[in-house]
Amino acid sequence: MAAIIRAEHLSHIYGQGMPDASVAIQDINLSIEEGDFVGLIGSTGSGKSTLINHFNGILKPTSGKLYVAGEDMWADPRQIRKFRFLVGLVFQYPEYQLFEETVEKDIAYGPSNMGLSEEEIRRRVHSAAEMCGIDEAMLQKSPFELSGGQKRRVAIAGVIAMQPRILVLDEPAAGLDPEGRDNILSQIKAYHKQTGTTVVLVSHSMEDIAKYADKVIVMDQSRLAMYDTTEKIFARAPELLAMGLSVPQITRIFLRLRELGVDIPTDVYTMPYAVKTILKAVENKKGGAPV
Amino acid sequence: MIRDITIGQHFPGNSVVHRLDPRMKILLTIGYIILLFVAANPGGLVLSAVLLAILYRVSRIPLKLILRSLKPILPIILFTIVLNLFFISGEGEPLVQWGFIRIYAEGIRYALIMGARIICLIAGTSLLTYTTSPISLTDGIERLLAPFARLHLPVHELAMMMTIALRFIPTLIEETDKIMNAQKARGAQLDSGTLRQRMKAMVPILIPLFISAFRRADELAMAMECRCYRGGEGRTRLKQLRFTRTDWAAAVVCIAAFAAVASTNLLFQGL
Repeated sequence: MAAIIRAEHLSHIYGQGMPDASVAIQDINLSIEEGDFVGLIGSTGSGKSTLINHFNGILKPTSGKLYVAGEDMWADPRQIRKFRFLVGLVFQYPEYQLFEETVEKDIAYGPSNMGLSEEEIRRRVHSAAEMCGIDEAMLQKSPFELSGGQKRRVAIAGVIAMQPRILVLDEPAAGLDPEGRDNILSQIKAYHKQTGTTVVLVSHSMEDIAKYADKVIVMDQSRLAMYDTTEKIFARAPELLAMGLSVPQITRIFLRLRELGVDIPTDVYTMPYAVKTILKAVENKKGGAPV
Repeated sequence: MIRDITIGQHFPGNSVVHRLDPRMKILLTIGYIILLFVAANPGGLVLSAVLLAILYRVSRIPLKLILRSLKPILPIILFTIVLNLFFISGEGEPLVQWGFIRIYAEGIRYALIMGARIICLIAGTSLLTYTTSPISLTDGIERLLAPFARLHLPVHELAMMMTIALRFIPTLIEETDKIMNAQKARGAQLDSGTLRQRMKAMVPILIPLFISAFRRADELAMAMECRCYRGGEGRTRLKQLRFTRTDWAAAVVCIAAFAAVASTNLLFQGL
């Protein structure tokens, strides 16, 4: 499939020309295929947020090019809004962007900025609400009466209602309890499966990345350090640890087992696969094969 | 963009002027302002300007900053000069007479004096804000106004409000930036359209901003209460303001200089 986002030598320097200029991202080359679920990890200050802010034109690259759906994003800066509707960006703690009287109106803010018809807006609002687990009764409430987790869903629905081809989420589960966390992430995964929308998920939780992402981008010190399938990334655990990142708990267990001399693969990062691998190892042992 | 706005104009440094007690600096600045109006003769003004230049030199504030602080009030300076130039009528024949416009020697004299006075005034007060951080400035104001607390003026509360307001300006700017980006990502058009459309486009920014400001105020109040804040009564400070020998020396030097400048009035009396 074709690359939906392609970055060529993308760099961004904050406060260029000033004495306190700092390089946020440097010479990023990557291409994200349409329909992928990509995880983005990196320690604090590695340039993750700066990178995703480029994806929908909130930041303009200092140098380098960015192509979205095959088009050069900054060929004509007046057309930048077109790309903002193509790439839906959900910021960290998005509940602080709510402002309307009712949840319904707030979700409709994005679509109405697109200049759609009333009917189309209503249709999109309702399908986005449903997708995010917001019921009819909640649509008529004021967003400020809702709980934190509910507000978060409303904010995400507000971006989904624009039906972007790429959905970028910056730590959508930050600050939620474990149940709220799982709910939101699995809804995003379901949305991804159902609509085929490309998803870029920024997260500090390796468990979440392992569970949901097919591919992983690793940022380190404003550069792109790795970009590969999830199993290949987590097989490089020592490198990740050196960058101040971690690997899923289950991968750590397998690494330790291997250190202890047990013959098992190290690219294990999800629970079901781990169970299968252990069972197989046990069976091998029973069968008399050396472990 | 919005982040570039500088709040206050503190220019950090470690010169003698920077280290002076904020109370002394405030008092001397007030003294300097009075001097500018007392020394109503060209010689006095020139000397006041020289005095100020020396102080700027001592505090190592670049010349560029003075020009920047003067830029916003340039229209006022020009307006004052023009007004004085045309509307002061002196004795005797006007120097220039062209239709209804008459310019007298007296007018030119006044125009120049007023222009120089305003420039010195702004540059002088700017020196105070350049060399004093907003926090120590409010500290100084609080201590100077302390006697008025007897007249039931809520001095401590006013100073605390000023400090909090100053503290939250950068936070709110950052917050505005974030909200603007979030709404831009949802297709908000903030920089185009008619005035009406632009005002309407501000609503999605202002409402979340106000809500977060109230939330922060609430949290701050709670945090202050948790640490048993109960107003200024009986409150002690970590950093006590104390007049040092340098402060008194600076006071003596400045007052002597002010007196010398003011005495030019006597010299120029005849002119």
